[in-house]
Amino acid sequence: MTADMTEIDAALPKKFIDWFQQKGWQPHRHQLDMVAADGRGAHTLLIAPTGGGKTLAGFLPSLIDLVSNPTEGLHTLYISPLKALAVDIQRNLMTPVEEMGLDIRIETRTGDTPANRRQRQKENPPQILLTTPESLGLLISQPESFILFKSLRRVILDEVHAIAGSKRGDQLALCLARLSIIAPDLRRVGLSATVAWPDDLRRYISPNADAEEVVTVTGMGAKRADVRLLETAVRLPWAGHYGLHAIPEIYQEIKKTETAIIFVNTRAQAELVFQELWRANEDALPIALHHGSLARDQRCKVEAAMADGSLRAVVATSSLDLGIDWAAVDLVVQVGPPKGVSRMIQRIGRAGHRLDVPSRALLVPCNRFEVLECRCVIEGVAEGTLDGDPHRDGGLDVLCQHIMSLACAAPFRADDVFAEIRQAAPYRSLTRAAFDAALRFVEDGGYALKSYDRWKRLFLTAAGTYEVANPRLAHRHRMNIGTIVEAVTLKVRLRGGGVLGEIEEYFATGLEPGDTFVFAGRMLRFEGIKQTAVEVSVARGKDPKVPAYMGGRLPFTTLLSDRVRATLADPSSWAELPDQVREWLNLQQWRSLLPGRDGLLVETFPRAGKEYLVAYSFAGRNAHQTLGMLLTKRMERLGLAPLGFVASDYVIAVWGLHAAKDMAVLFDEDMLGDDLEAWMEESSLMKRTFRNVAVIAGLIERRQPGQEKTGRQVTFNSDLIYDVLRRHEPDHVLLQATRADAKGGMIDVGRLAEFLARVKSGGIRHRRLDRVSPLAVPILLEIGKEAVYGDAEDQLFDELAEELIEEAMRIDPQGGLPL
Amino acid sequence: MVRMTSAIGKDNSAFVLNGAHLLALADGSLYWPDRNTLVVADLHLEKGSAFASRGQMLPPYDSRATLAALTTTLTRLRPDRVICLGDSFHDAQASDRLPPQDRAVLGKLVADADWIWIAGNHDPAPPADLGGRVHAHWVDGPLVFRHEAEHGSIAGEISGHFHPKASVQTRARRLSARCFIEDGKRLILPAYGSYTGGLSVWHPAISGLFPKGFSVHLASGRSVVRVPGARLLRAA
Repeated sequence: MTADMTEIDAALPKKFIDWFQQKGWQPHRHQLDMVAADGRGAHTLLIAPTGGGKTLAGFLPSLIDLVSNPTEGLHTLYISPLKALAVDIQRNLMTPVEEMGLDIRIETRTGDTPANRRQRQKENPPQILLTTPESLGLLISQPESFILFKSLRRVILDEVHAIAGSKRGDQLALCLARLSIIAPDLRRVGLSATVAWPDDLRRYISPNADAEEVVTVTGMGAKRADVRLLETAVRLPWAGHYGLHAIPEIYQEIKKTETAIIFVNTRAQAELVFQELWRANEDALPIALHHGSLARDQRCKVEAAMADGSLRAVVATSSLDLGIDWAAVDLVVQVGPPKGVSRMIQRIGRAGHRLDVPSRALLVPCNRFEVLECRCVIEGVAEGTLDGDPHRDGGLDVLCQHIMSLACAAPFRADDVFAEIRQAAPYRSLTRAAFDAALRFVEDGGYALKSYDRWKRLFLTAAGTYEVANPRLAHRHRMNIGTIVEAVTLKVRLRGGGVLGEIEEYFATGLEPGDTFVFAGRMLRFEGIKQTAVEVSVARGKDPKVPAYMGGRLPFTTLLSDRVRATLADPSSWAELPDQVREWLNLQQWRSLLPGRDGLLVETFPRAGKEYLVAYSFAGRNAHQTLGMLLTKRMERLGLAPLGFVASDYVIAVWGLHAAKDMAVLFDEDMLGDDLEAWMEESSLMKRTFRNVAVIAGLIERRQPGQEKTGRQVTFNSDLIYDVLRRHEPDHVLLQATRADAKGGMIDVGRLAEFLARVKSGGIRHRRLDRVSPLAVPILLEIGKEAVYGDAEDQLFDELAEELIEEAMRIDPQGGLPL
Repeated sequence: MVRMTSAIGKDNSAFVLNGAHLLALADGSLYWPDRNTLVVADLHLEKGSAFASRGQMLPPYDSRATLAALTTTLTRLRPDRVICLGDSFHDAQASDRLPPQDRAVLGKLVADADWIWIAGNHDPAPPADLGGRVHAHWVDGPLVFRHEAEHGSIAGEISGHFHPKASVQTRARRLSARCFIEDGKRLILPAYGSYTGGLSVWHPAISGLFPKGFSVHLASGRSVVRVPGARLLRAA
């Protein structure tokens, strides 16, 4: 949308108008709106789809101010969630500034910025500094921050929807609160994609956690998108999540288009889809692979090839969700459901930047249930309903880290800092008690047993201010700033060749020399671990021994769960489903029942001497894993002798020796009481959650690169600390933070609670069947394929012992007893 | 998939070392029934406060947890003799830092048995005021007790120092635990202290002491499982 000339004349200085004219462009409506809002002194949230000059819109007020009132010192801070600062900046900021001949110094500062440049930036700061939340966190912890940020007028938060609501977002919000203390007139600008909870974002951007203070500017609406299911020749698989059956059709689509992005959900899937596409690639089309574990220079090469249009397709994970726009992309293929409508919209936005043509996207369901989910995604996209949860409260671990950062910057009074922190939206409801607990943790660990008085990290002066006890502590703290706790990774080095990328240590340590796996698009043979690198050689053959390593698989969103249940419950909505799927559902209706919109359908049936229970709970895979642990424990207590369970996003199946009858008892909400507590204590997921919390809060220091365990220098392990703390001080602030994290993430207690409440209000329908129902077939096919995470250690020990005993006692039927 | 089994884990694992019949216990201690002797290694008491003194505020309950575990085992077995294989205290000042309550518990344990402190590298001179006797090493019949294994083949040597741990792959995930490692001639105990981390048995410092192969006894705290070296993950 464009504006008339008088309005443009009034809004923009001549240099800018000339530049737009030179380019043959007209400023967008939302660009002028941003300038106007800024003129009124407002904080702004710009909601617009990718492209459409969003970045420039964010910077225009700054550029105009710098041209009208040239100033020395730092004027504008731009913060991006991307580690490699968006290449977009070049096109959307640097180029216009150069072409307009503006005398403005723009520099970047990230973890990769060399020390001499950092020093120079401190002494002679640029007018515009581009940085990341982590680098800002580091700047805030330095005494010079009070000088550096004194002159700051604007802060621009790019892709703010991708960061608010996470721990990185918590940290950024706290840093912004500090910036507003140093520079009270600071104006805040947020740039965002369309979101389900715009008021949460406005509150996040506001300097007083008040949504009303932030003006929303809306860019062009999302472009019309043409999203369809990809029809395949072969019958739809009953189970599986890789989508390899659709490779021929995907390949044909690539041939028909200029450039395609093939999005998948996990790195393992990316590797397999890429491999199969190459096998199908008779025309030797340039097809590439992109995911977060690949070596950085390899990723950069792929991105550059995409930018200059020399690729026909790239297979990618969420590693390409954000970042540079490629004008040439005219098709997005999503293999497997995207697990959320918002993610699909984001991904569709990567295609078709020509405004006249609708973006084209194809969805490839990998099994029958996914057909339903994909249909629901298509409806969701058409209706523009977005998913996403409202923002949760800020993490106490992040708060601990930030309090130490503030102390490193300058002595403070507790009352002042408490007031400052409550200005940050994620901490607006922080109680004084919780703040004091965090402060005490920073001070001396905050334990009830007061034996660390001598070694306080913060020193309370007679004047009532807290100071860091010694500079060494401040130095060490600064090396640990940040909220991204990455799994320890090892480089993958090809024998006689270079580094291919990195894999998680836990995956590498599960490999035996000779094991083969697929990585970086090649079949590799594991040779061994040398220092901090995994040594591999190129392997022959087709089938890797270890399928591929697991990436994080996200559960589908609550919104999609609601939609899938609604579709299942309403046969009149099945018209658009493929015939195979409709038949399948009809058969289910005839043989059993359809899962309803509310409440819970449970089927039980005998099969091969065992009793199966299938619950159509639709609470997402993470909550289902937790549910499975709790259900089997409960069934054990009821004497039903459960033998195992398997879970998907939709369904959980438990099998055992005896049939369960009383479903109300099995699915009672009281499951979330003692049973949950008992399981969580033992759960390895909980221990991992604690480790992340302990690292962020500063209890455990990050392993610095190059630092290694040696025979002499054995370190401690966070599981042991967790056990001891849990036993001696169960209400410690770090355990509170750990429990808060368990509500979401891998344990997802929050969603499990929602499900149990839904069961309570909607009731349980139990169908006793004489055999497996059509709808239960997919989950039974998953048995043996799905690895379980987060099992209790004791039980694994028992199994191991049993297995070893069996091994030792096994009698060779041919040879008889070895006498 | 989860397979439920009845609890068959057990709290001890028997083996023979240089002719002596020994039991590896689930808590990481070693029991020698013929001499009614209990052996523990690397208690590292007050490791938490040692870190705290450098600004890393680990929970101050490690000594308490270590002594509670030890008290449970001593109460159950009532050994005549207890041998601590060195590094019982994390550093020279550790005994002074012991909270009074924990110090009293330790004092009582020491008084109830013939208590032998073997000197370790962290505690070359264990505190004299807690009772017990201090030795550089201790010989009893076929066995010799010292802090750190000596190079070369020494029959009946029992030591600590290395904090051995090992990993096995189970159907759900990799399982790591502290462990006893032995080859019938030589034995290294796991560290007993609650914050003591571990060193993989495949580290040359440990595996080099067992050139002809070894078995480990993985100790989970609740149960102990003997696993042949060949069954362990190499790269842990």
